[in-house]
Amino acid sequence: MDMQPALFQYCLQLGDNNLILGHRLSEMCSRGPMLEEDIALTNFALDHIGQAEALLKYAGEIEGKGRSEDDLSYLRSVDAFSNWKLVEQPNTDFAYVIARQFMVDVYQCLLYPKLQKSTNAMIAGMAGRFLKESIYHQRHTSAWVHRLGLGTAESHRRIQQAFNNLWRYTPEILTAKPFETLLSAQGIAPDPEELAMDWTVQIIRVITKAGLRRPSDDFVESYTTHTEHLGPLLADMQYLQRTYPDAKW
Amino acid sequence: MEFQKKLHEFQQYIDAEEKIEPKDWMPDDYRLHNIRQISQHAHSEVIGMQPEGNWITRAPTLRAKKILLAKIQDEGGHGLYLYSAAETLGISRDEMIEQLHAGKAKYSSVFNYPTLNWADIGAIGWLVDGAAVTNQLSLRRTSFGPYSRAMLRICNEESFHQRQGYEIMLKMVKGTPDQHEMAQDALNRWWWPALMMFGPHDNQSSRTTKGMLWKIKRASNDELRQRFIDKTAPQAEFLGLKIPDPKLCWNEASGHYDTAEINWEEFNKVINGDGPCNRERMEHHKNVHAEGAWVREAAAAYATRKEV
Repeated sequence: MDMQPALFQYCLQLGDNNLILGHRLSEMCSRGPMLEEDIALTNFALDHIGQAEALLKYAGEIEGKGRSEDDLSYLRSVDAFSNWKLVEQPNTDFAYVIARQFMVDVYQCLLYPKLQKSTNAMIAGMAGRFLKESIYHQRHTSAWVHRLGLGTAESHRRIQQAFNNLWRYTPEILTAKPFETLLSAQGIAPDPEELAMDWTVQIIRVITKAGLRRPSDDFVESYTTHTEHLGPLLADMQYLQRTYPDAKW
Repeated sequence: MEFQKKLHEFQQYIDAEEKIEPKDWMPDDYRLHNIRQISQHAHSEVIGMQPEGNWITRAPTLRAKKILLAKIQDEGGHGLYLYSAAETLGISRDEMIEQLHAGKAKYSSVFNYPTLNWADIGAIGWLVDGAAVTNQLSLRRTSFGPYSRAMLRICNEESFHQRQGYEIMLKMVKGTPDQHEMAQDALNRWWWPALMMFGPHDNQSSRTTKGMLWKIKRASNDELRQRFIDKTAPQAEFLGLKIPDPKLCWNEASGHYDTAEINWEEFNKVINGDGPCNRERMEHHKNVHAEGAWVREAAAAYATRKEV
């Protein structure tokens, strides 16, 4: 694998994760359990979409085919998206939103400081900006994991269930992809194995502190790139661009 | 006698353009008038998140999505800020939400209209926020301190929203014929509801007199509405869009635009819960509130646990 496609793949994956997660969060607008949380989730959506915008713009530049961040967001179909299955999972309830967000926050809080040291100055610069946001997100969602785990019997049951059901999407986070390994050898991206190990340790530490059990690893791992949920999400998100291809918005 | 004396001093204080603060003495009516107005304003910000939220997931570019998200986040923030201002008068947010759900507290009638195409997001910013800011600019001088200070802050953000809305309209009218059509359609549907936001004519409004005496309201409904029309009509012309009022024309003698009469029957129906989306808006708010109960209970239980 050449360096350029690897770098494109890498930025695309980071961008897609932020884009799809940001979209899911944006669906929570006017649906928060309290006004403060409504605002917080909308704010997170804004951060992730901002990160996606920067990453996809750079991805388009690396690719060199003249695709903008909007082209990459609005004119690709399901199979061309490289986001994790975890981030496309629906907002089943507030516990799912928090569990999903928390797992991504922990990942980004480990990833971005390492990317700040990337030999690619562009990536290092973006990571520095993103990290500030991710630290704030992680503080917020860790607190909620704790609160829900130790709050009432119902909140405990719901947050445990959310972790149990989302856990089967985590192997994807933990498995190094060829482009990650290649970039890691060049000092552009961090060592994916190390990242995976740190991630698991941190997640388990917070979950345990919140009185929750480590979810069971006893599931059949899905070998598909996406779940059924991404298609409808894209149909919604891409509706205007696809319906009016000549329009400038 | 004592009450009359206090009331007299209260009025003198207000007439001197001093601000009333939460711990100051105030007549019950003044307190209730402010609670009613500020909570209505807060509910409007919050319910207003629904029609705009309807287009967040379909926003056509990343930039447009970010702007809309930030805007709705601002509205939520205004809601929070206003609930807090009302709480200084001795009512809790829970009580205000109960009143909203029971139909005792109102919110702006304009949010009972649907958002049907992307230009509606532009029209809401341009017309609805434009009307709101016309009203709120005058409320910066309202006599209740916390409300007045909230308005100072809110006005800055609302003017920004209005410009963003106008920017969407500009893009739409300069775009394809489809886009132009969407813009005209949006203006057709939002123009009259925006004018209704200023409320009934002055001679029909029961609350205007006392509100003006106590300087809670600083300009009358008709005065503000006219100010908005005079400002907005030339903007529509610049966009090349037609305001859906055949009688709209500039009156040289009065220095204002003349307009047709508002459909007050429609206004009254919407106010009384029979508008196009009243039921949906309330149902959405009630459902979300009920679904979030377990989260709020968990947070409360956790807080007690922490205190122990």
